[in-house]
Amino acid sequence: MTDMSETLFNVKDLVKHFPVHQSLLDSLLRREVLMVKAVDGVSFTIKRGEIFGLVGESGCGKTTTGRVALRLIEPTSGHVLFDGVDVDELPRGEVKAYRREMQIIFQDPFESLNPKMTIYELVAEPLEIHGMGAGDEERRALVSEALEEVQLMPPEEFLFRYPHELSGGQRQRVAIARALILKPRFVVADEPVSMLDVSIRTEVLNLMLDLKEKLGLTIMFITHDLAIARYMSDDIGVMYLGKLIEYGGTREVLDDPDHPYTQALMAAVPVPDAERKRGDLPITGETPQPINVPPGCRFHPRCPYAFDRCRVEEPQLMEVEPGHAAACFLHEEFHAGRLKRGRLPADQAQP
Amino acid sequence: MTTLLEVRDLKMYYGTMKGDVKAVDDVSFSLRMGESLGIAGESGCGKTSVALALMKLQPSNAKILSGTIKLGDMDVLNMDDDEIRREVRWKRISMVPQAAMNALNPVFTVKDQIIEAILAHEDVSEREAEERTVKLLRMVGIDPSRAGNYPHEFSGGMKQRAMIAMALACNPEIVIADEPTTALDVIVQAQVLKVIKTLQRELGLSMILISHDLSVVAETCDRTIIMYAGNIVENTATVEIFRHPLHPYSIGLIGAFPKLTGEKKRLESITGNPPNLLDPPPGCRFHPRCPHARDVCSRLAPPLLEVHENHLVACHMVNRHPEYR
Repeated sequence: MTDMSETLFNVKDLVKHFPVHQSLLDSLLRREVLMVKAVDGVSFTIKRGEIFGLVGESGCGKTTTGRVALRLIEPTSGHVLFDGVDVDELPRGEVKAYRREMQIIFQDPFESLNPKMTIYELVAEPLEIHGMGAGDEERRALVSEALEEVQLMPPEEFLFRYPHELSGGQRQRVAIARALILKPRFVVADEPVSMLDVSIRTEVLNLMLDLKEKLGLTIMFITHDLAIARYMSDDIGVMYLGKLIEYGGTREVLDDPDHPYTQALMAAVPVPDAERKRGDLPITGETPQPINVPPGCRFHPRCPYAFDRCRVEEPQLMEVEPGHAAACFLHEEFHAGRLKRGRLPADQAQP
Repeated sequence: MTTLLEVRDLKMYYGTMKGDVKAVDDVSFSLRMGESLGIAGESGCGKTSVALALMKLQPSNAKILSGTIKLGDMDVLNMDDDEIRREVRWKRISMVPQAAMNALNPVFTVKDQIIEAILAHEDVSEREAEERTVKLLRMVGIDPSRAGNYPHEFSGGMKQRAMIAMALACNPEIVIADEPTTALDVIVQAQVLKVIKTLQRELGLSMILISHDLSVVAETCDRTIIMYAGNIVENTATVEIFRHPLHPYSIGLIGAFPKLTGEKKRLESITGNPPNLLDPPPGCRFHPRCPHARDVCSRLAPPLLEVHENHLVACHMVNRHPEYR
């Protein structure tokens, strides 16, 4: 798709299945071990210096994808390439060096910061783990610099405070400082603002955009909120039940979605505009459990356009225009406008 | 339209070890028959506290210091608990609580829980209650054949629908829905909001919907109240609030939502944090974060005044400087 020098991060056929806990009786009776197919064959690339938005509803596998991508959990199969190097094949001793280049910001700043540590200790901890910053003085300077970077100013005022003394937005800034102090090239941000109030959220989002520009960061931005994904990302991937079902430039995907699921998501998002009239939702039902993934296209039981082929054959990602792909047999029909997006075919319209 | 519910100068503080949290301060509004009213604001702005006070369900450390709540000819705040339970809750005002998915009792079937609610409040036969339950479930889009299921057999969206059915069990005039879709995914959220809107219209319900998400309010309500730090800062038709928001906080809040269509613009954020309500700033509680604040704002709390017909705003600057409009 893209040439390697442009690509910083590359995920190939990533699979992560979790076994469902078995009781003693289950194993005595040799019942089949059920698998939660959290990530079921996902491939994408992230360009250097860009933000890749990974969106989907809860349970679609976006968080697991982020964690496997950083090798915080081992994949069942598949490859993760960072700057052309296969992270899974690195010898143990070298993994740590790569970890330094790849950091994560977690969802909940109320849980991800140890309440017994001061802000200084929290932000300096990664330095300690990676043996960086000789001596207290240098560490202190690095910590102050990181706090300034996330606009916790003046840093001296924050160094010896505890997380509970900070607001949610400030805590998330500490989490960002912690991730950035190692000067990583790649950051996974897992729902970094979903716990924050609207007025605070915007500041954190703008901070991340500014830092990306300033430090040349490459970011995987995981979110359930399509409007935030649109605001933040250059490219976007939409996940459903462990698979990427649409992928491409953010504007191309969200303005002209060619997969019925993306269309449904777009139709379902409430917008702060009282004059917009919402059409009928094109789909019904709720996402099934990733233990019983439907055969064929995994979206077909909820898809208003499904036909026989969808029930038996699984569609792969197919390119609709350069850099924009959708896993739907009807992608060309949508793209050419022969099928109207997000609208039920007349014969299936609900009363 | 006749006024169904009238709240005047409600002041409710929570007593804590560190002092009083001034959660609701001089809040006044009314709800008309058949109207859907949205109360929006960020966490801690007092929106849920207002709702709890309407049914006298406030926690034990809450103190109602002043104000009146008139429901028709009833004076809710002067009724004792027994009267409220008999006359008001469920029959006149019912509530779909926050995190409704955890509000169902896991060891009873959904049907039995709704029947119980009906029998506890109305003098009807069990058979009649059961018939009504089936009808209610059908109304919210649950197949009555699932009525005998336990809550864990329901999905999140179905539990939420069941809670809505239960709230309607005793034909209340007013339904208060507190963050009814917050824990739900977007598609299920859209389905549940549609059920709420349809029922509201078809049954002529009066509704108060409380949400931190302005877009949910925009899609569901005729009128919107924006709260900040225990005060109402703006109250007008929903269309108006998105077309011409007047209070600087409302403007900031609406501007903080990224758009799903159109050009990408950098979002303007409101600087600073909401105040600690143990010790809110004097004068207008928004003044430390307000780009238009003047001396008067830090001295005097602005009253909620009608700036245009049916558009109430609590801001000194709106009255003095029309250019801020």
